[in-house]
Amino acid sequence: MTSAIKIEQLHKHFGSLHALKGVSLDIAQGEFFALLGPNGAGKTTLISILAGLARADSGTVEVMGHNVVTDYRAARRLLGVVPQELAYDPFFTVRENLQIQSGYFGMRHNNDWIDEIMTNLGLMDKANTNMRALSGGMKRRVLVAQALVHRPPVIVLDEPTAGVDVSLRTSLWAFVRGLNQSGHTIILTTHYLEEAEALCNRVAILNQGEIVALDTTAELLKSSGELKLKIQIKPNQLPLGLSSYVVKQSDNDYSLLIHKPAEIEHILAQLRMAGITIVDMALTKPDLEDVFLQMTSPL
Amino acid sequence: MMGFYTLLYKELLRFWKVSFQTVLAPVITALLYLMIFSHVLAEHVQVYPGVGYTAFLIPGLVMMSMLQNAFANSSSSLIQSKITGNIVFVLLPPISYVEFFTAYVLAAVARGLVVGLGVFVVTMAFTVPPIAHLFWLVAFAILGSAVMGALGVLAGIWADKFDQLAAFQNFLIMPLTFLSGVFYSIHSLPPFWLALSKFNPVFYMIDGFRFGFFGVSDVSPSLSMLVVLGCFVALSAFCLILLHRGYKLRH
Repeated sequence: MTSAIKIEQLHKHFGSLHALKGVSLDIAQGEFFALLGPNGAGKTTLISILAGLARADSGTVEVMGHNVVTDYRAARRLLGVVPQELAYDPFFTVRENLQIQSGYFGMRHNNDWIDEIMTNLGLMDKANTNMRALSGGMKRRVLVAQALVHRPPVIVLDEPTAGVDVSLRTSLWAFVRGLNQSGHTIILTTHYLEEAEALCNRVAILNQGEIVALDTTAELLKSSGELKLKIQIKPNQLPLGLSSYVVKQSDNDYSLLIHKPAEIEHILAQLRMAGITIVDMALTKPDLEDVFLQMTSPL
Repeated sequence: MMGFYTLLYKELLRFWKVSFQTVLAPVITALLYLMIFSHVLAEHVQVYPGVGYTAFLIPGLVMMSMLQNAFANSSSSLIQSKITGNIVFVLLPPISYVEFFTAYVLAAVARGLVVGLGVFVVTMAFTVPPIAHLFWLVAFAILGSAVMGALGVLAGIWADKFDQLAAFQNFLIMPLTFLSGVFYSIHSLPPFWLALSKFNPVFYMIDGFRFGFFGVSDVSPSLSMLVVLGCFVALSAFCLILLHRGYKLRH
């Protein structure tokens, strides 16, 4: 089957900055895919090239088998993008915006589908309201609706829940999950890693323009370690021998990733030998945030 | 083609929704020019034999309003879209750069013609100039507006902030339109300024347009048409090259 997205050896420079260093990625149809990475990792550049908003220096990108440069009309028709920036056209109402967007994609008489999207995104009450009068959360919903107006099989959501309240986040994810279940391919970038962990079946982590991890969510979680030991110590000085375990530190809280329970005894022994007292301790399963921090840590 | 028609419709709807600012305001401004200049100069100036100053002034004011508004339409729409970020809504769909350019220019021409017609209608209260050659009149109105619409696309793509666009408007468009023979015949100028005026493409737009009314002009309407057409082709080609390369739009 044709890949939903196929990226091969993508390079992009901005002046002296090598923003993408030969990224290759293959996303199958029907996947719920997370593209994660710290700020400046190259996620938005990658999405911009995919959407035709930026041009690669070299490499190819295809959407459902259509090259985004040489066959851009077909590629763009098959792709819906929710941009990160909260952009809106202040001259029009919500419905006018959606009708205009349909027309751009060559769709006439699209009102039934527009009504369906607006109902699902809770926008029906605001259909005839000017975009200027909407709250930030409502504008975000319209951005999502605009990306879906031409029924694209591949949908890219670039941080769609940034600055959005909990109720919208929940309803948005229910809607997007429904789209994925009905066969749409979803590519998501987000800073809320718990969202990616809960929703996505595969994850790529991009760091400094390179893919540093690419696997199913379950395998990535396994690879980072079996367990996470969270400790609070006094005095607040972790022995040097334990620093390789540390995945996160805030004040006197340390999160240590370990592969087998026997390692706990080793850690405790080291703390005892250094004369350090444990104030608090918890043993949990690692989450995607731990994997993310491990993969993107400068060390 | 549906994408192109929609973009054109969106651009027309955009200026129509704020028609107080985009149509009525320039009509009132032109009316004020006419009232003041015709009051002060009507008794003293006769440019062409048998043509009163007020009648002479009307085509100039109509054309000046058309040109300034055609430029304002495409340039302000693009800069607003770029600054607010909603330009992505036009860049994401399968709209070609030729369709993009043509839609913005045609919308600019439409605004120019609507404003021009508005100015002409209100000035009829003062005097109605004759119409000697309707074809030339319409041709110069459309092509003149198209040149300024294309220049507006260029300025809108190039400018990164309103300040830069204002500089383009105030230091290029305004002098070119004011010093083009709207208020006078260039033959009344000293030789140096007369020679300089002939390098101003807006002069040919206004002179050719005026020929459509009175059947007399400072230079031949064919020459004027050639200059205006040449400007349009050159500007369009330049804009299309920039758009094809994605200059300042697709990074």
